[in-house]
Amino acid sequence: MQQQKSPSFSALVQQVRRDIIRLVAAAKSGHPGGSLSSTDFMTMLYTEFLRQTPAQWDRTGKNMDMFFLSIGHITPLYYSILARMGYFPLEELRTFRKLGTRLQGHPAVEDGLPGIHVATGSLGQGLSVACGAALGKRLDNDPHQVYVLIGDGESQEGQIWEAALFAAHNNLGNLTAFTDWNRQQIDGHVDNVAGLGDLVAKWKSFGWLVLECDGHSEEDLRRAFQETLKPRTKPMMVLMHTHMGKGVDFMEGTHAWHGKAPSAEQEAAALAQLPETLGDF
Amino acid sequence: MENTGNKDTRSGFGAGLLELGSTNPAVVALTADLTGSVKMDAFAAAYPHRFFQCGIAEANMIGTAAGLAITGHIPFVGTFAEFATGRVYDQLRQSVCYSAANVKIAASHAGVTLGEDGATHQTMEDIALTRALPHMAVINPCDYNQTRLATLAAAAWEGPVYLRFGRPSVPNFTPVDGPFEIGKAWVVHPGEDVTLLATGHLVWEALEAVRILAGQGIKAELINIHTIKPLDAQAVLDSAKKTGAVVTAEEHLVAGGLGEAVAGLLAQHHPVPMRMVAMEEGFGQSGTPAQLMEFYNLNAAAIVEKVLELKK
Repeated sequence: MQQQKSPSFSALVQQVRRDIIRLVAAAKSGHPGGSLSSTDFMTMLYTEFLRQTPAQWDRTGKNMDMFFLSIGHITPLYYSILARMGYFPLEELRTFRKLGTRLQGHPAVEDGLPGIHVATGSLGQGLSVACGAALGKRLDNDPHQVYVLIGDGESQEGQIWEAALFAAHNNLGNLTAFTDWNRQQIDGHVDNVAGLGDLVAKWKSFGWLVLECDGHSEEDLRRAFQETLKPRTKPMMVLMHTHMGKGVDFMEGTHAWHGKAPSAEQEAAALAQLPETLGDF
Repeated sequence: MENTGNKDTRSGFGAGLLELGSTNPAVVALTADLTGSVKMDAFAAAYPHRFFQCGIAEANMIGTAAGLAITGHIPFVGTFAEFATGRVYDQLRQSVCYSAANVKIAASHAGVTLGEDGATHQTMEDIALTRALPHMAVINPCDYNQTRLATLAAAAWEGPVYLRFGRPSVPNFTPVDGPFEIGKAWVVHPGEDVTLLATGHLVWEALEAVRILAGQGIKAELINIHTIKPLDAQAVLDSAKKTGAVVTAEEHLVAGGLGEAVAGLLAQHHPVPMRMVAMEEGFGQSGTPAQLMEFYNLNAAAIVEKVLELKK
């Protein structure tokens, strides 16, 4: 069950998880596993920490915080949050993955979907783009933060570590990265596919400040977020311990639901575990 | 049109970038451990806070440039053409072109004229690669003056640009003030018997070919296609209709280069006999630039030979 401390937070988390299942089921494709594991993080980012006003959102991110989703495949989560926060109409979620939609399988900017700064999907690239945005903000004397979410499987990409070196070398204290450390990827457990070793030690040795938190605990996430806001001259990595497929018992803790849509029966079974809280799209 | 003295095209880029430092505060520059090689040193010295040394990590450099572009800056990314394309193709595709990021790729040491370093560094495929990317403008200036103007124009162009130039000192012969406009071909020498469409280092060779052909009574029209994409279709078609014969010339493989771009246009709209001066297939090798241009038939003699094939 979700944490109960903040009803509005947990209600939104649950509705977003419900949206994720319904989006993927309706499209008969998509990526529920990682969407469900990052839901608590994204909900807290957008409701409490990301300084953006949807109506004033601008792709350049001037005078606002910026968020980059490096693991572009978790669009069911991304679009649900953006719609629920008012970046675009909730009804537009019905167009997910359909011909002519702004809600492409992976995030795109060509059709001007508000909230999205860069196209992602080919893994490993978002952290570099976030580094550039952080540099850009420094050049402009813009004190806002740059956030980026990467995956643990994604951290097998060499470009992630190029960016890690670059961010530390350039003292990007306005850059905060989060890793959805759900330990699963398409082909199986990360340790069995291409183990990452000691991820905490790796980020530390690359010159980053490192935090760990329970990515499904509202309190622990909030504590981590608050820690990231303290003035610093180094980039910070928050490694969030999560479970792929969180919130749906038969999807949880397995790679099987990385990129698979549930059948009608499976959808019903999943939604039964995630009752509607804020109204379906 | 006379050679005013040999200069390298990469220094034309360096001069243009330095000018942009003072005229356009949005311009920033990034390199991957090749500051001097790509002639970014003057900009780096004059505008250190707008210059970013990325180390030998090209993929991250392209992504970082995309982030800078998204936040409203105009990044010029400088490295060797091989590393600016083949090594980072997916980054160019997703983070730059598909993301409509206003990034300028300054690709030096293109082609076999890189010389002695050999085939690992001599990309002859980069025009093909970048032409295929949606929204990417592809420019291959022919001398120092034109590279400087192309650099200034690239900064003013809205959208990603692939600016391809080279290492060796070559004749500097185009007027210092152009004309140069992205996407607008330049008629270097009017003629009526055959159309020569040349880009990059081959433009000077084509000019030599015009002189040789004139001596044989053939009036060649030389058009400089500095912008391979968007191709100036009207200029190509107008000239082909006038002369009825076309020879292209470029320091690139046949596959996907200027010649194939022109062939694709002419085949659909006005087929005429055509020949291509380009590298047929394979990789380059070590040698001096002049030796390599001769070895791979990328020179005035090769252009004349192809014209004579068409006009015999």
